[in-house]
Amino acid sequence: MAKKLDKVDVVVVGSGWAGGIVSAELSKAGYQVVMLERGKDQTRSDFIGVKDELRYTNRHEMIEKLTGDTITSRVSIGDAALPVRLQKDMNTGTDLGGGSMHWAGSVYRWRSYDFEIRSKTIERYGEGKIPEGMQIRDWGITYDELEPYYAKWEQTAGISGEPDPLGDNRSNEYPNPPMLASPAIKLFKESAKEIGLHPYQMASGNMSQTYTNPDGETLNQCMFCSFCTMYGCDFGSKSDPLATVIPTARKTGNCEIRTNSLVRRVIHKDGKATGVLYTDTRTGQEFEQPADVVVLAAFTFSNNRLLMLSDIGEIYNPETRKGTIGRNFTGQFNSTFLGATGFFNDKKFNYYMGAGGLGGALSDYDADLFDHTDLDFIHGGGIELRQYGDAAIKNNFVPKGTPTWGEEFKEKSLFYAFRTLTVWYSAAVMPWWHNFMDLDPTYKDEFGDPLLRITNKLTEQDKNIAKFGIEKCTEIVEAMGADIIDQDEMPDQFDHTYGGMHYIGGVAMGEDPETSAVNNYLQLWEMENLFVVGGSALPHFSSHHPTPTIGALSYRAAEGIEKYLKEKGGLLTQPKSSGVKA
Amino acid sequence: MTNNKDSNQDTQDLSRRKFLKSGGLVAGGLLGGSLFGGLLTSQFQKDSKKDVAPQADKQVTFDARTFFSRNEDFALLSAATERIYPENKNGMGAIELGVPYFIDRQCASNWGRNANDYMVGPFPSITKTDVYEEEKRQTNEVITSSTVVKLPAGTANYQTKMTRGTFFLEGLNAMEKTSQDKFNERFINLEPEQQDEILQMFEKGEVKFSGVDSADFFSLLRQTTIEGVYADPVYGGNRNMEAWRMKEYPGPIMSFLDKIEEEEFIVMEPSSLRNYQGL
Ligand SMILES: Cc1cc2nc3c(=O)[nH]c(=O)nc-3n(C[C@H](O)[C@H](O)[C@H](O)COP(=O)(O)OP(=O)(O)OC[C@H]3O[C@@H](n4cnc5c(N)ncnc54)[C@H](O)[C@@H]3O)c2cc1C
Ligand code: SF4
Repeated sequence: MAKKLDKVDVVVVGSGWAGGIVSAELSKAGYQVVMLERGKDQTRSDFIGVKDELRYTNRHEMIEKLTGDTITSRVSIGDAALPVRLQKDMNTGTDLGGGSMHWAGSVYRWRSYDFEIRSKTIERYGEGKIPEGMQIRDWGITYDELEPYYAKWEQTAGISGEPDPLGDNRSNEYPNPPMLASPAIKLFKESAKEIGLHPYQMASGNMSQTYTNPDGETLNQCMFCSFCTMYGCDFGSKSDPLATVIPTARKTGNCEIRTNSLVRRVIHKDGKATGVLYTDTRTGQEFEQPADVVVLAAFTFSNNRLLMLSDIGEIYNPETRKGTIGRNFTGQFNSTFLGATGFFNDKKFNYYMGAGGLGGALSDYDADLFDHTDLDFIHGGGIELRQYGDAAIKNNFVPKGTPTWGEEFKEKSLFYAFRTLTVWYSAAVMPWWHNFMDLDPTYKDEFGDPLLRITNKLTEQDKNIAKFGIEKCTEIVEAMGADIIDQDEMPDQFDHTYGGMHYIGGVAMGEDPETSAVNNYLQLWEMENLFVVGGSALPHFSSHHPTPTIGALSYRAAEGIEKYLKEKGGLLTQPKSSGVKA
Repeated sequence: MTNNKDSNQDTQDLSRRKFLKSGGLVAGGLLGGSLFGGLLTSQFQKDSKKDVAPQADKQVTFDARTFFSRNEDFALLSAATERIYPENKNGMGAIELGVPYFIDRQCASNWGRNANDYMVGPFPSITKTDVYEEEKRQTNEVITSSTVVKLPAGTANYQTKMTRGTFFLEGLNAMEKTSQDKFNERFINLEPEQQDEILQMFEKGEVKFSGVDSADFFSLLRQTTIEGVYADPVYGGNRNMEAWRMKEYPGPIMSFLDKIEEEEFIVMEPSSLRNYQGL
């Protein structure tokens, strides 16, 4: 029997950026918050002295263990889905702070085009431009409406950057100046400029100087130590929930954080959520935590699965294209980071130094900033050169055609170590009727509950956009003066590798309850005291990483929850029928 | 991890005091912030300009097998890794770098036992080999030409009941058998060119045997060899950081804040995790 606990105002599932922001804002406003996190407690001292490539990058120390739980994956409806079994193929976050602890910290706002993608595409090219089956639509919020929330997240996170010369309007500067540029980044930017493009220093969640955020949390200057992506920062220089929103929530005295607490159901009655059911992963003891408002901020996969297991909302059915939970699954995969690699015979770069968010970027081929009239895809991609800082296992680049082992490999891989630069196009990914999430009929977790099943197929749109991007990257690498240039190749089909936590959708926002699950406060249409926060709310995947948009929407959701609690109920926005069958 | 916490705490207190005494080293900005962070390792206790490889000579490595019980298997493994990363004019090869012992320990670890992976059935009734015969072989390795080789795609990767450790044992058996069939001789007694021939047959997936796809096995063997060459010496390979020296890779260094803008390539004497943790 589950032990029933005392009721609180708000229970939040998940402790990443999404759960952290909501908990901080509501506990600051004086509400009693309980935050539940399936992983263990951790502090910055867990990261001290552990700059170890094998343990973190190759053996995935900070990534969720799949022993009892994973997803299943298939390409086409009708195929049997098989489990993604290896931790290296399924990188989701766990432990206090979530995936937001070992992120890289590259920071991009999504574009005004994104938020009104359907109207803007039709306006410029006509309805025929949108292929049948591509389920794009407007988000129910414009960039201008979301802009203040982006600004708020950037202030909290302490972002270092300079504005994108082709970016949308901003209400304020980034709180910190851009990161220092290394010679490789300078070469990228100068070469791109020479061929008429608009490069800039990409914004990052690594601190360019010591910074105190509006909540009073202090972050230190980044050391460019290079053990950043897949690692926790031991200097307190990477913006993450443990350095920002979690201590802010704790300071209020209103937020209780319980780790090792795996939420398994949302409990509800008469159309209202009454709390959640969770299991202490150390003892197996079950608890029921009642609350006035339930917030799911447990990342795309858990957010969707918890709703499905709790029988809330209608699961999307691809045959009828009805149902909203699980609809519009998209994400970025190996195939969305393709470009060109240059090998330099006479130049050697200090590429063992770096930081997760250190790089140059440009937007000339992003969103609708270029003419698509004669192109066989919509949207575009961002171009980046990143200096993460390569450690020794990763850094074994050899030109195509070189054997990948043996004498010649050894010789060439040693020669080209630190003489190799990659430029990639991170392409946008559109939602399709045939890409979605539901429950797997065969595979189960350790409690006997069905696993989440993903159906995901690459489309002509994905292939065309990749081909275009690879050519553009090649032009830049040529301008950089590389002696040998290798182009990446688009794979024939999705490879079932879920590597970077850029998976979204399934509880997507919108104006029409026929096609969306939540409104623009991320309040579930169907259950007004349930808010589903995170990447699950994004209706399509733009050209860049999702976290700033998740952060902005989390602030928006927190505002909505506060309003909901103050006004004692009700839908915060009224549904509108879009008449769009998408 | 939990155990480390306490000892880290001690180091932290200790070096925090030292740090405060010696004042603004490289990390000017850190003083402004809370003194969390990585001020806790020995690099800050030394002159930051001297990146010495300390105490490498004091480190004693005890070599013994903890996974491969048969010496024959281990000898075969050693010979194969040496072909993948041979000794040459650039320096040591896999054997001298300790790679076979690295792989032995990895097989005995959580990773070798697939302890953090989803190993629940049912496993597809088709054997992996069948799946790959039908589908065009493609590797997942698409981001760049980095060496972290993955198993071939075609279906969700890795649909076998076998752990990586078992995979190694089966794969090595199959290599020995192939050697006997083709050359009528044990693998370790073959000429290097003949050993390469066998490895190539595996790489191309030409060898058929039950339960294991030979290309998957080769991929695993190659990946672990590269890892053993270049991982921190604490795991038993990359002896005395010789592979890092060959590559001019410095190992974990606390700060590059003062060097990130430098045009010239900087070669440092490497420094290991042992040094970084101040041991
Ligand atoms: C290696 C890597 C690099 C990345 N780099 C970038 C980058 O540079 N830029 C960028 O924008 N994004 C990046 N990302 C993506 C980024 O990490 C995510 O967008 C972000 O973490 C999402 O935040 P979240 O709070 O929604 O989810 P999470 O951070 O995943 O937090 C969700 C939390 O919920 C917990 N949880 C899940 N299910 C349950 C349950 N049933 N019960 C209780 N708790 C549960 C999880 O354990 C987790 O702690 C990167 C991701 C990875 C893996
Ligand atoms: S590169 Fe900077 S932000 Fe990243 S881990 Fe090192 S010090 Fe921290």
